[in-house]
Amino acid sequence: MTAGGRNEFAVMLKRFKSGDSGLIPVLIGLVAMVLYFYLKNHVFLEVVNINNLFIQATIFILLSMGEIWLLLLGEIDLSLGYLAGIAAALSAIAVDVQYHWPWFIALPATVLLITLLGLFSGVLVVFLKLPSFIVTLAGLLGYEGVMIFIIDRQNTGGTVAVHGGVLNDLVNAQLTVFATWVLLIVMVGLSSFFLLRSYYNRRKSGLVYRSIYFTIAKIAGLVIGGFVLALVFNSNRGGTFIVQRGMPFAIPIDLAMLLAGTFILTKTRTGRYMYALKPHAALHHPAIGKDRGRCHVTPTVAGEKEAARRAGINVNRYRMLAFAFGGFSAGVAGLLYCSELAGANDSIPGGNFVLYAVAAAVIGGTSLVGGRGKMIHAVIGGLLIAIIYNGMALINMSTATQYIAIAVVLLAAVTVDSLARRGSVPGT
Amino acid sequence: MQALQDVNLNVPAGQVTAIIGDNGAGKSTLIKSISGIWTPSSGQIFWNGQEVQIHTPHDATRLGIATVYQDLALCDNLDIVENMFLGVEETKFGVLDEIKMELATVRVLKELAVTTVKSVRQKVGSLSGGQRQAVAVAKAAMRDAKLVILDEPTAALGVSQTAQVLGLIKLLASRGVSVIVISHNLTDVFEVADRIAVMYLGTLVSSGPASRYDTASAVEMITTGSSSRFASTSSAAE
Repeated sequence: MTAGGRNEFAVMLKRFKSGDSGLIPVLIGLVAMVLYFYLKNHVFLEVVNINNLFIQATIFILLSMGEIWLLLLGEIDLSLGYLAGIAAALSAIAVDVQYHWPWFIALPATVLLITLLGLFSGVLVVFLKLPSFIVTLAGLLGYEGVMIFIIDRQNTGGTVAVHGGVLNDLVNAQLTVFATWVLLIVMVGLSSFFLLRSYYNRRKSGLVYRSIYFTIAKIAGLVIGGFVLALVFNSNRGGTFIVQRGMPFAIPIDLAMLLAGTFILTKTRTGRYMYALKPHAALHHPAIGKDRGRCHVTPTVAGEKEAARRAGINVNRYRMLAFAFGGFSAGVAGLLYCSELAGANDSIPGGNFVLYAVAAAVIGGTSLVGGRGKMIHAVIGGLLIAIIYNGMALINMSTATQYIAIAVVLLAAVTVDSLARRGSVPGT
Repeated sequence: MQALQDVNLNVPAGQVTAIIGDNGAGKSTLIKSISGIWTPSSGQIFWNGQEVQIHTPHDATRLGIATVYQDLALCDNLDIVENMFLGVEETKFGVLDEIKMELATVRVLKELAVTTVKSVRQKVGSLSGGQRQAVAVAKAAMRDAKLVILDEPTAALGVSQTAQVLGLIKLLASRGVSVIVISHNLTDVFEVADRIAVMYLGTLVSSGPASRYDTASAVEMITTGSSSRFASTSSAAE
């Protein structure tokens, strides 16, 4: 029943041709980018810079995760950048500037509030039947005002600063060297266990299963990845006198968001419905369906999201949930950004952030029209954008060039994706 | 505006009842009121001899009525298993039980002799028209439906695909399921139907065993509402 070792390559090739090219093109791009910057300036791959790179990528990664929840449904939330800005400002004010609340109240309360603001956009979109682009465009403008208002009200010169404490430590403090090893070993061990278990369950059930080598390759990848990360984060990135080793707390937070998001999307009904809620979900009029070979969005007859609706899925509930998830991600992103800046200021570029977040998702492989996307896309896309930023600053490229380079990468990513899909042939 | 009046339709178990009629004759409205999409302003529905109320699609599903619409309502970006279980996913401790769902899908497709799909894990978007129709019908059959309503199941299908789908319909009926087929294609109707019901301007003008109709009388009734070759409104005949 196994697909057979020799056929695996053919299967992969076929998947690639059918548009399911997965992460291969973008990973090749990522490696090429890393090599390029390393050759231009060896500092790029120094431990301290790799650490910076991950921290810089965090805001893009988390906002992009938030955006993926919405993109899957064919929606968008342009306000996530400034929602993160508000989260940064509020958390700084709550734990440090004005109130001195304990962190375990202030930080969850901030994230909860931002989640509710995200949900509010969803409520407007669903119940007033407004396009999410417009509702959240209003959010983009309005929440910038709210953020500036909150910060300026403190009369602290347009900046609210955090001086230590847990909020500061999210990015600026780290696990011990030992804890870093333990965390990575436990994570790799658990993932390997689940991979093997699902392989054996499938094999036992008598269903078609892929070669064990796929599972082994995945586990090998995890082990190598974990090992490299541990070595990088456990190397001294401080100086001779102030030694700094261990994984910054931000990284396990990113990982937790990645795992939680991936779990919901792939293992739960909620996730399944997020994919099913793709607009224009395959409502084939037979007469139109015949000629669907090259068409990306299927023409509809009965209206969008109809398949899900007829299946008895509470479409509106899941649409609003996606906005809430988006808000949640923005809230967490805001906390980490606040930690990175050691505070918030009234010129946080929330508008740019949200566009980079969408770009990161698309570069990673998420479709802008819905129905296709994974949480890992946010990580890869976010890292790629951070690499370009970081690398170009290291080789002293101008800001102008940086913008243009990111534009080229974005266009290249969607072009590769589109070409791969155009080559796809519907099966027989 | 009155869409339907004087409709008295009897759908026996294990038989295929074809509803035929011109565009706007009220076929779709009739099945929509059986499947809970419209609630008729007056009228009664008897299910296994008991009067039932069907106000929502959920009511219909609970009774065991499954409707396969013309547009099939499948999600292109989901695979066959995911589509078959959309809305009724099997879970274990809140986690999707993919293996259980895949096994059930494989079994149902095998029972319905749907052998042309290569893998139940391929996206529905990559299937042919006949395969889609088969998946949609299998989806209805899998949920132990007692009555399966098919809206134009063979429209725009090729010859061999049509034969496949008609075979599937007969197989369903032979398993004791009542099937209502709405179709414009009289050839297909006579091929598959045990009983025929003719709609004309919102009224059921004739119904009875398929053997009592022929193409000419059916066409005449569809276009004029009555047939000189056939005693009209004979629904109480048996």
